[in-house]
Amino acid sequence: MNAPAAPPSPYSSALGKVNLESHTLSVLVDNEPGVLARVVGLFSGRGYNIESLTVAEVAHAEHLSRITIVTSGTPEAIEQIGHQLERLVPIHKVTDLTLRGQSIERELAMIKVAGKGYDRDEALRLADAFRARVIDASIESFVFELTGAVAKVDQFIELMRPIGLVEVSRTGVAAMSRGKDPT
Amino acid sequence: MAEVMTGAEMVVRALRDQGVETIFGYPGGAVLPIYDTLFHQTDIRHVLVRHEQGAAHAAEGYARSSGKVGVLLVTSGPGATNAVTGLTDALMDSIPLVCITGQVPTHLIGSDAFQECDTVGITRHCTKHNYLVRSIEDLPRVLHEAFYVAQSGRPGPVVVDIPKNVQFAVGAYSGPQEIEHKTYKPRLDGDPERIAEAVALMAQARRPILYTGGGVINSGPEASRLLRALVARTGFPITSTLMGLGAYPASGERWLGMLGMHGTYEANNAMHDCDLMIAIGARFDDRITGRLDAFSPGSKKIHIDIDPSSINKNVKIDIGIIGDCTRVLRQLLDAFEAGDVRTNPVALAEWWKQIDIWRARKSLSYKPSHEVIKPQYAVQRLYELTKGKDTYITTEVGQHQMWAAQHYHFEEPNRFLTSGGLGTMGYGMPAAIGAQLAHPSSLVVDIAGEASILMCIQELSTAAQYCLPIKIFVLNNEYMGMVRQWQELLHDGRYSHSYSEALPDFVKLAEAFGAYGMRCSDPAALDAAILEMIETPRTVFFDCVVDKSENCLPMIPSGKPHNEMILPDIDESIGGVIDAAGKMLV
Repeated sequence: MNAPAAPPSPYSSALGKVNLESHTLSVLVDNEPGVLARVVGLFSGRGYNIESLTVAEVAHAEHLSRITIVTSGTPEAIEQIGHQLERLVPIHKVTDLTLRGQSIERELAMIKVAGKGYDRDEALRLADAFRARVIDASIESFVFELTGAVAKVDQFIELMRPIGLVEVSRTGVAAMSRGKDPT
Repeated sequence: MAEVMTGAEMVVRALRDQGVETIFGYPGGAVLPIYDTLFHQTDIRHVLVRHEQGAAHAAEGYARSSGKVGVLLVTSGPGATNAVTGLTDALMDSIPLVCITGQVPTHLIGSDAFQECDTVGITRHCTKHNYLVRSIEDLPRVLHEAFYVAQSGRPGPVVVDIPKNVQFAVGAYSGPQEIEHKTYKPRLDGDPERIAEAVALMAQARRPILYTGGGVINSGPEASRLLRALVARTGFPITSTLMGLGAYPASGERWLGMLGMHGTYEANNAMHDCDLMIAIGARFDDRITGRLDAFSPGSKKIHIDIDPSSINKNVKIDIGIIGDCTRVLRQLLDAFEAGDVRTNPVALAEWWKQIDIWRARKSLSYKPSHEVIKPQYAVQRLYELTKGKDTYITTEVGQHQMWAAQHYHFEEPNRFLTSGGLGTMGYGMPAAIGAQLAHPSSLVVDIAGEASILMCIQELSTAAQYCLPIKIFVLNNEYMGMVRQWQELLHDGRYSHSYSEALPDFVKLAEAFGAYGMRCSDPAALDAAILEMIETPRTVFFDCVVDKSENCLPMIPSGKPHNEMILPDIDESIGGVIDAAGKMLV
């Protein structure tokens, strides 16, 4: 028997059409105490998703950090996220790289794989094909370093799984616009 | 050469340099150095409240009635956490506040020291911005920056958390220079292309409506003047949110009354049926829109707001204009002037004919009584007997707040101080204290409920100490009336914990606090009692005993669109009007 459908929220304007997109936002901020907490708190407080988050200082003298956030939501929600970020006082600039197009995204991952015999050979062959580097090796294990687009890292990890994947550490996405102009 | 002084002295000096005359506060261990500095000076008047929530609301009342920044000074730990409700209230209603909090010395931060709390962590979500000042070198800049951030762009509360050792430290003070903030630069002028598009739509509109909010008032009195000029120029009907009341005079011929959940029939139907909506300094809050997917379905929407995140947040907008209301209104008027733009008189006459049909429903009417004071009647009489006086009205939150908005008619901006966004019971009396201090010779009345007033009742002591002649006009129906109304609507009249049990004798309570207490329950004696209240030059607590079961109508039930209101001439009980989905909403 069919269960009765939950009544749609009377406040909702997007009844029945949920169109989730994934966007990469590049956020230039003053590197001051608490700035990351402000950004992360904004996402949790307003119920936005964070799929990936990367933050590091990018200009020491100017105290600037770049936060790269991969988020998902409806196009309206993504637009709102950008405006909400711009409201935070220590934020210089918010760029939606997905909306802008023409951007490069990279992620670095360390992948630990354990195995013997044929599995070791296969792991090395695949690593070679993906241009992953061996950065640690023992008789029964490798740690690979792989840099690339998220999909490539995902794919490599999936290939390592049956071979003897032990663990993964990923940096999250760093991104930048193409061409001569700054992001 | 820069003057050398302690951090505590810098705080007081910076307040003086920012033109602050009055601050609200409560001392404690972590702010003693600042209090010691206050002791040695007379430039700044410190008003001692009885609870830090009261300090925040008083600062809000001061700010909202005067257009200046409200300032409060509280200690670390509980001092800061008690202020959180008021800070959140100011954030929701865009009220400029600077809140200075003491903090334990820097070397004790993180050690769970006595009266330590993570003030910047706790207030991050309820302020526009906040600072923890770890070194004396940063203090002067941060203090002046706090005032800049609080009052520029969309106003809001800013916390400056100052550890005690920084208050004792000695450093060079610098005054408020023209601030060129490196990141925070709000956009003030509207995009001329958007202005031109907006004017073109306004010229063609057949069924337009202006929907204005608190942003017009926050933008300053000039915005209200320009708004009136725009209404005169276009002949468009105008409605306003709770926060925007007074920007356009209630006696104006184009005025439709407040809109939204307890707005008038004509305002809500005009919003629903319009072909062009011009939202100015308003934010499409859920109390305004009702059911979103049925909100004004046939209209183009122009939205003017200083905060880009307001545009397209809840409702899809056709023309978004980011800018300060004063400047954008002037740009619109200039464009009308420059292009000699005319609106459509024939279509507008038709539209007004329709509006007059809606007006004829008299949606604010109620059944009068000779036996018992109707709460609406009490507000109407208060209005009639204070009309023409220099009056400021504050409210608490609930039915009385909506009756005040419906039946007290505001002619000027900054005259109605109420907690709109957060809906904070306890707001009204401290806000009245703040408004009275900003306007010592004006009449300040807190239209209150008997439940709300008890939430900050301790501030009666503040009013007594400073001999503030505020009037607390309590519509006492012995219920948390709005809760009771919703229980009638949604829960078959099961009045779970909404009866005000064990109420104090308010007259004796007022007397115990050194105020003048009075009570009235007879409609025939009401006028004389209100006049007595107005003419008594002291703090007056008026216990106005009203009908216990009156509902606040008209009402858009939750989950319904604007054109499905409950009107006061409803025959049956209001229970059963709301469907299952609507019951999920607040």
